[in-house]
Parts: sequence; C-alpha cells; structure tokens
Amino acid sequence: MTEAVEHTGADGQEPSRRDFIYIATGGALAVGGAFTIWPFIDQMNPAADTLALASTEVNIAELEEGQEITVIYRERPHFVRRRTAAEVEAARGVNIASLPDRDARNFNLGDGAPATDENRSAMTAAVAEGVEIEDALRASLLVTSANCTHLGCVPTEGAGDYGAWFCPCHGSHYDTSGRIRRGPAPENLSVPVMTFTSASVLRLG
Amino acid sequence: MSGPSTYEPKTGFTKWLDARLPVVRLGWDSFVDFPTPRNLNYWYTFGGILTVCLMIQIITGIVLAMHYVPHIDHAFASVQRIDRDVNYGWLVRSIHAVGASMFFLAVYMHIFRGLYYGSYKAPRELLWILGVVIYLLMMAAAFLGYVLPWGQMSYWGAMVITNLLGAFPIVGGPITEWLWGGFSVGNATLNRFFSLHYLIPFLIAGVVGLHVWALHVPGNNNPTGIEVKSNRDTLPFHPYYTSKDGFAIVLFMVIFAFFVFYWPDALGHSDNFIPADPLVTPALIVPEWYLLPFYAILRAVPDKLGGVLLMFGAIGILFVLPWLDTSKVRSMRYRPLARWFFGFFVLACLGLGWAGAELPDTPVPGLGAIGVDFLLMGRVLTVYYFAYFLVILPILGFVEKPSERPASIEESVLGSSSKSAPAAVPAE
Repeated sequence: MTEAVEHTGADGQEPSRRDFIYIATGGALAVGGAFTIWPFIDQMNPAADTLALASTEVNIAELEEGQEITVIYRERPHFVRRRTAAEVEAARGVNIASLPDRDARNFNLGDGAPATDENRSAMTAAVAEGVEIEDALRASLLVTSANCTHLGCVPTEGAGDYGAWFCPCHGSHYDTSGRIRRGPAPENLSVPVMTFTSASVLRLG
Repeated sequence: MSGPSTYEPKTGFTKWLDARLPVVRLGWDSFVDFPTPRNLNYWYTFGGILTVCLMIQIITGIVLAMHYVPHIDHAFASVQRIDRDVNYGWLVRSIHAVGASMFFLAVYMHIFRGLYYGSYKAPRELLWILGVVIYLLMMAAAFLGYVLPWGQMSYWGAMVITNLLGAFPIVGGPITEWLWGGFSVGNATLNRFFSLHYLIPFLIAGVVGLHVWALHVPGNNNPTGIEVKSNRDTLPFHPYYTSKDGFAIVLFMVIFAFFVFYWPDALGHSDNFIPADPLVTPALIVPEWYLLPFYAILRAVPDKLGGVLLMFGAIGILFVLPWLDTSKVRSMRYRPLARWFFGFFVLACLGLGWAGAELPDTPVPGLGAIGVDFLLMGRVLTVYYFAYFLVILPILGFVEKPSERPASIEESVLGSSSKSAPAAVPAE
C-alpha cells in the first residue's frame, strides 16, 4: 500500500494507477447503471403483441348516408361517419382562419396541412392499386379519433353547437369535420392513417 | 433521539440485546421517555391517527390483493365477488375504501394544524417537506387504487388523469403511452397500476419513518409556537400522549366505523358500479372528494397545459412554504391578521372542493342571479389559494404586529404565578 501511495501524485501531477482504477470504476458504474436501468424503463412501453394489433379493417359497404359507427383502432375508439351532403357542405363552408386549430391533424398528410374539410375527409386516404372508389364517397367519409383532445372523453354524437360532436366532460364542441370550434380542447380530432384496400374495406393503420 | 438516552436494560436478555441491537432503546427514547411539550391540544393527535390509518390500509390491502384479479375482464367481477362471496370480504373492502377517505380527512386536519401553528418554520422545514412528499404519495396511491375496481369512474378517471400528462409539449405523447403500456388505458395499465398501488404504501411507510425522525430531532412544535426551554415545559410521551392520542384514535374510529357499517358507499360515486366501457363516457366525471379542490384548480384555466401546471403548482408551492412565510412568530395564535387570512384559506379550500364537484357552467346557489357560476367561483378561489402563499404570507411578516406571547410553554399552561407547579398537569 505504501508503494501505491508514493505513486499517487498528491500534488496533482502524476495520475497514478489508483486514480485510474478509481475513475474507471466510477465510469463503468455510471455507464453500466444507465444500461441496466433502460430495460426497466422500456418494459413499460407498449409490448410487441400490443404493437401487432396496430391496424383495423372497417367494412364501409353497409354504412348508410348519415350513419356513424365506432370502431376500436389501437385500443382507442374511432368514429367512422358517412356524412350527408349537407354536413359536408357545412364543413366546407367554414373559414379556416376562424378555427381554433388550423392544422388538419391528419396522419395521412403530416404537420402543417390546413384544416380544410378536404384535408380531413377520406379524400386523403391512400387507395390500394387497382381499387376504384367514387370521389363523392371518399369526400363523405370522415374517420377521426373518438377521444376528445382535451382529456380523452368520448364526445356525444349529434350534439353541441355544430350538430356534430359534443364532449360532456368539459364542454368541447366539434363541427361536422371533427374540428374543435369551442371549449377547452386544444386540437381537432385526429385522423388516422388509412387505406382503401378494396371498394368496401377501409384499413386504419 | 434528542438528548442522552435514559433507557436502562434490566433483565439479562435486554442487556444482551441492547449491546447488539439497541432497538428497545430506540423505541423507549422515541415513544416512551420522549420529552413532548405539555400543551399539545387535540389537533396534535392526528399524527397518531394517521399512523393507524396507514396500518389499516396496508393490512386490509394485503387481504384484498389475495382475492382481487388485476385483469380488465375479471377485475370488476372479482370486486363484486369480494363483496358477496369472500368470507368477510364486504367488511375488508369497506374498511379499505372508507379508510382511504378517512386517511385524507385526517391528513387534511394534520396539514391545516401545521399551517395554523407554523409547524413548517425553521427548524422544521424538512419535517414539513417530508410531510408534503407523503401527501403526494398518498394522492398517487389513492388515484391508482381507485382505478382497480374497473368501473366507469375508475376507467374515465384514469383516462382523464393520464391524459393530463399529454399536455406537456413533445414528451407528453410518449410519456402517456409509456404509462399506459399501449395506445390507451387498457389491461397493461390496470396491471401496472395494481403493482404500483401495492408498492406505494411501503414507500409511504419509509417516508413516515424519516418524518418521525425529522420530528424527533427538533421535537414537537406546540400551540404557542415557542421552543421548549426547560424540562418543566415537557412531559414524557408515555403515558401522557399515548393516552391522549389513544383517546383521539378511539373517537376517530367511531366515525370510521359509522361509515364502514352504515354508509360504506356514501363517499364513492354511483357510476363506479357500472363496469368500465371505453366507448361511453359518464355525463359528469369527478374525482373522489379529497382531490376535488385540485380538480377545480385544473378547470379554472381555459388552457390545457396551463391548467395542468397550475394544478401541480398548487401542491408544489407547499414545498417552498417555509421560505415564503416571513413572520418571525410561528403560531397564528399570536398573529391577529394571519389567523383571519388562514380562516379564509380553509374556506377557499372547501369552496374549491365544492366547485370541483359541480359542472363548471352551473350557477352557484344564491349567487346565480348575479352571474356567478362554479367556473368563476373556482377561478376566484384559485387566485386566493395562490395569493395566500405568494402574496399574503410573505407581506404579512413585515406589516403585521404580533400580539404578546407567553415567556414559556409552562407559563402558557400554568400562568406566570405557578412557577413551581408539579410537572404532571395535563394540558387543555
């Protein structure tokens, strides 16, 4: 031991073997600790089987005009609504500048797209090769998350100031395009990634 | 823990033990011979009551975990089975559910006691901060536990509260998914909430140990706020305060038992008797009564992130309270202005609780005619809540003229004429 002490540069000049071991141990503990902690944090993220459930197919052939169904996609309820011509017209007649959230919130488009009704409807859905869908049908279909963007409650259909959706929890009003118009919710109801895989099937995710 | 130990082992075994593990000595010095101010009133019994509450929750909780199934398909039915089929399950579950409310009732008394008598001031800042940590852990445990029966209010309460974290920019989304273990509140969420609900009471027990330790270094505060000056100011903890605490615990248990046996569901919400349904939200979502004031603060702000920050801030501000109160005088018994503001503060907290229980745009009874709804009431009281800590207490210390204080604890109890009174006169 005395030999080692002689070599520790107490005056701070010569780093000794003991200094090296000390720093190396501390470094290994820090890095090793970080590597050890990560699995215990990451285990709480969605598991592989949860991620595998990440797409849902909706049969749109039997959906009547003015009818709405709620489907579960990625564990969350989603509205699939075939809107009436009047509802589409009302949604298209809105001045975008007057909206609380001007972003389309459409995962088919990415950030920054303006919140026009065309950018919200199934007009933005991909169409699989060889599939033919009428434009009018695509324009009338609206698929959005059914969880209010405020704190996640499910809005009531056919209620509120805009005759579309009203969230009973904290009073958010959505229009016939699923856009927030009044109340505490910060964003429009999001539109999931979707593809027409045949003339009658819309796949979410 | 303060002063030299007076414990003297008498038998051969206790001498042997004391030389190896002085655990009896620790207990003796902490809870038998511990010098305690002689003037503690009944507001000071809630510490003992809270210890009993924690033990009740842990024991009943361990029993319930033997019968509860943390799976979304079975949780609701397993709770019904506990109530109907398990021997005395109705009793244990009722004690546990009512016990949560009783725990909060006692902790609010304990906190308001500390606020009134200035128990958070030097040298007890850490004692106070550890108490706030316990309070935070209690709220986490209560929230997690409320989710477990998997009724409508469980599910949607979990949904609303976890979505609060989504308000934080950038990290909000990934953090909520990490917390859920999926894309929404689901089975993974219920499972981990059960695990954490089982863990937290033991964390609380650990922090309670630190809380008692931090109490026993400076010793108890007391209604006069004056430090102990001589041993004539104190009484040994046993038998004086063991019996006083014990009497208060018995009274508390009478109230507890009343709810358990006659009104077990009064403090819960009827919607939680409907199994969780991710497709239908109940018309009115409210938290349990003890979290209502914070819910009112959350709703007072029209902005989502602002509301969340303000709600967390309402608890966070308690951590810095010891440095916000500038008055040199601890007890509000001798602070003629502060005690008024404190009274209004208690009313504000009760009012916030009321506002949190109602729909925001409902008119307040009696005030609706002048256009006051519960949202406005919540906003006004939220302003007062924060003003109490950030404006009133810091300024009062400079402008308030405290009234005259007794020279010592002994004098406050016995009067200045009876200097040589016997030590064993119980206070109040």
